[in-house]
Amino acid sequence: MALIEGKTGQWEMVIGLEVHAQVTSESKLFSGASATFGGEPNANVSMVDAAMPGMLPVLNRRSVEQAVKTGLGLNAKINLTSVFERKNYFYADLPSGYQISQHLHPIVGEGTVVLDMADGTTREVGIERLHLEQDAGKSLHDQHPSKTYIDLNRSGITLMEIVSKPDLRTAEEVGVYLAKLRSIMRYLGTCDGNMEEGSMRCDVNLSVRKPGDPLGTRTETKNVNSIRFVKLAIEHEVHRQIAVIEEGGRIVQETRLFDSVKGTTRAMRSKEEAHDYRYFPDPDLLPLVLDQAWVDEVRQALPELPDAKKRRFVEKLGLSPYDAGVLVNDKETAAFYEAVIAGDKRDAKLVANWVTGDFFGALNRSGVALSEAPVDADKLGGLLDLVSDGTISGRIAKDVFEEMWENGKTAADIVEAKGLRQISDTGALEAMVDKVIAENPGQVEQIKAGNEKLLGWFVGQIMKATQGKANPGMVNQLLRKKLS
Amino acid sequence: MPPLNEQTLSAARDGLAKGDFNAVELTQAHIAAVEAARPLNAFVTETPERALAMAVESDKRRSAGQAGMLEGIPLAIKDLFCTEGVLTTAGSHILDGFQPPYESTVTANLWNQGAVMLGKANMDEFAMGSSNMTSFYGAVENPWRRSGDNRPLVPGGSSGGSAAVVAARGALAATGTDTGGSIRQPASFCGIVGLKPTYGRCSRWGTVAFASSLDQPGPLTRTVRDAALMLRAMAGHDAKDSTSVDRPVPDYEAALTGDIRGLKVGIPKEYRVDGMAAEIDTLWQQGIDWLRQAGAEPVEISLPHTRYALPTYYIVAPAEASSNLARYDGVRFGLRVPGNTLDEMYEATRGEGFGAEVQRRVLIGTYVLSAGYYDAYYNKARQVRTLIANDFSKAFENVDVVLTPTTPSAAFAVGEKMDDPIAMYLNDVFTVPASLAGLPAISVPAGLSGDGLPLGLHLIGRAFDEETVLKAAGVLEEAAQFTAEPGFIAGRG
Repeated sequence: MALIEGKTGQWEMVIGLEVHAQVTSESKLFSGASATFGGEPNANVSMVDAAMPGMLPVLNRRSVEQAVKTGLGLNAKINLTSVFERKNYFYADLPSGYQISQHLHPIVGEGTVVLDMADGTTREVGIERLHLEQDAGKSLHDQHPSKTYIDLNRSGITLMEIVSKPDLRTAEEVGVYLAKLRSIMRYLGTCDGNMEEGSMRCDVNLSVRKPGDPLGTRTETKNVNSIRFVKLAIEHEVHRQIAVIEEGGRIVQETRLFDSVKGTTRAMRSKEEAHDYRYFPDPDLLPLVLDQAWVDEVRQALPELPDAKKRRFVEKLGLSPYDAGVLVNDKETAAFYEAVIAGDKRDAKLVANWVTGDFFGALNRSGVALSEAPVDADKLGGLLDLVSDGTISGRIAKDVFEEMWENGKTAADIVEAKGLRQISDTGALEAMVDKVIAENPGQVEQIKAGNEKLLGWFVGQIMKATQGKANPGMVNQLLRKKLS
Repeated sequence: MPPLNEQTLSAARDGLAKGDFNAVELTQAHIAAVEAARPLNAFVTETPERALAMAVESDKRRSAGQAGMLEGIPLAIKDLFCTEGVLTTAGSHILDGFQPPYESTVTANLWNQGAVMLGKANMDEFAMGSSNMTSFYGAVENPWRRSGDNRPLVPGGSSGGSAAVVAARGALAATGTDTGGSIRQPASFCGIVGLKPTYGRCSRWGTVAFASSLDQPGPLTRTVRDAALMLRAMAGHDAKDSTSVDRPVPDYEAALTGDIRGLKVGIPKEYRVDGMAAEIDTLWQQGIDWLRQAGAEPVEISLPHTRYALPTYYIVAPAEASSNLARYDGVRFGLRVPGNTLDEMYEATRGEGFGAEVQRRVLIGTYVLSAGYYDAYYNKARQVRTLIANDFSKAFENVDVVLTPTTPSAAFAVGEKMDDPIAMYLNDVFTVPASLAGLPAISVPAGLSGDGLPLGLHLIGRAFDEETVLKAAGVLEEAAQFTAEPGFIAGRG
């Protein structure tokens, strides 16, 4: 357990997250308007989104399916009956004066997310609930000296609010949790997880306590829009809380706003000023009743999710849990890896080493996205085939790979053009071995006296003479035979 | 033949079909009648040019053999229905200048069947009222007067303009909406027929919302047959209203067989309320006798939670209204009264834009939904509402229709009861239970009070059994032979 050293001893932080994830869907939760990002202000607004008189919400089936998929992906209970309620408050970018949300009866109940920590251990984090709700519009305060402009493009877009249990204990765990949520939703195609565009946003509930004590008073920090900022906000907030308590103060239950420029949090409103949202069931909508058979169909159609894929990579392909974890993290990476191994065509471990090693290295160095990489799955596979069938050595392969990355050529073309083909001709190699042995009688004496380490020196001599093209395995074998 | 504006809707339909007159002639007669009826203040907006243009098109369709069910029939539309490009006010200052860019489903259905719009009928602000006194556009006058008393009377509400204009022969029929009695009570006060369909029978899409779980559009007409014709055109499933119900719309006119032999009519003992005028009780007994004479079997029933209906209604409806009316904030349409901050703008706009009764209900609604009071008020009311609905379900195991008076008294004078909201709310005591239960109910003019004002009888039916309600109503209408006319009839000297 990670504890924080304070003046009065050690402290533990307790964190729960509320993640708002924008559902990937053509249209909004209760209207047919487009839910795409980046339109001109007020381009994607229906009469319903603008809350014109007499307009009524009609539930988007696709949004429901996405929520159920996500719930299943979080190993959560799907509630066959859920209820949309109105959360009432006045704000200029909330046209109807209420947000349609789910309060007492969410569509998804308790679930679990497994975190793969950097040290190879796993941690389980409980999911309290997932519910569907509408996003609000956007107030633009910087367009006019005294007026605020309203953009309703976001108004009515479907959000899933995913509430964790207060199971998180470190900023690192929070980072891993968010990455895992995003990974699961990307696998499912239910949310693109793009925090920069606001399609995934996060509120942090945080309290501190002395280990073993009951839960302390928590604050809610809103508006934290990247994993890095979440970590910063937590670091700031936990130290602020500890300082307040250690100086004899009390933590006030309040909503705080994260300032990404200063890296600090500040009070937004206290519990006393908190809105009374006057939730009540939306009389324009009937309770949402799902059919168990339909939920089962959705479950059947789910793709393999990161945890299951990781298990398969470890159990069936023999990868280390760490490598498997790295490969499944991102849906595209996993797909790339599986495209390279091509079923059981290529050696799973060899491919894993190459993908997580040279390939990731080149990606990071060049800063390109996986989909833009100059070496695609076919080309990488082609290179590794040359290694596996002994055409080139692993060492040469690294040079070939670098060149492939530079010019996009296939490994076979490069090997052919540069004459990098490995020397695996026994006769030729034997002649070289004999020559080196004959030229170095002193070293031969030492080996025969038991200095096995010198064997590597002989190998090196031959590799040098062949510019690395000699088949190292065969050279080794020949040397052992002749020198033993 | 009576003047064109004094016919019933069904007679006009038949006359048009036979070619006795055309839609333009019928419409012109009604445009003149609407003008003549201006002293009643029944319209917020008259649309004579649109009416004539629609009539011209109607005649063309008829000659092309494409006549709809209400082809060429001029109607008044309650100003709660959004009408494309035509000012829609809901009787409120806050919707100043609001011309919807869309047409409500119910009015679109009517136009699809060939009907003609005469204008937008005055109403209580946001349908909140039982007198039509809360309209920003002024009170509507009832075309009836007490005998020997020339003080103007209220038409009831909230569909007061609709009821007054139909009673005064200014329109063949009108649309209304009923949340707790807003069609049936004014129909009763004005001596006409008012039908509140089953909740979900008519789409609410494009109708300015008061209380979403209760609001239901319906017709106000001079006869039961006309109500059947109107309902058939107005009703139907609408995918844009999630609470609209997908069931076929029957031919309601065909249900008017006059044969109610064996029909069991429930007489709820709890409706004999304290302070009810003796003449109301007498009329009720008369109604029972008429139905018995026609072969029906009156059965005393109990609806034990009736006395909780009014308080329940006055929690549920304001609660929903407080939320529904939040959108009138001065930001996007209608009235905006500027302020230095957003909150100031809200306060100024809503303070000036909403009248006293609307403000009262928004406050009540906000209160009953607020933390700490929610369980005691709103949640309790929801539970009681279920009990009230269960009362009816049980009763309808044994009876086919329930008969009650529509209102505890006849129309009152303009200005009466205005200082006592509770007395005003009591107008709805007989109509509210069916609203809470979502059941179809109709008010039929059945007699006159001692001072010569119309009184209605009220029939409540099973959900989606408008046919039985209309059939029994037709029998009451036939037996009552209600031929009395209001003192004011449009176009008569």
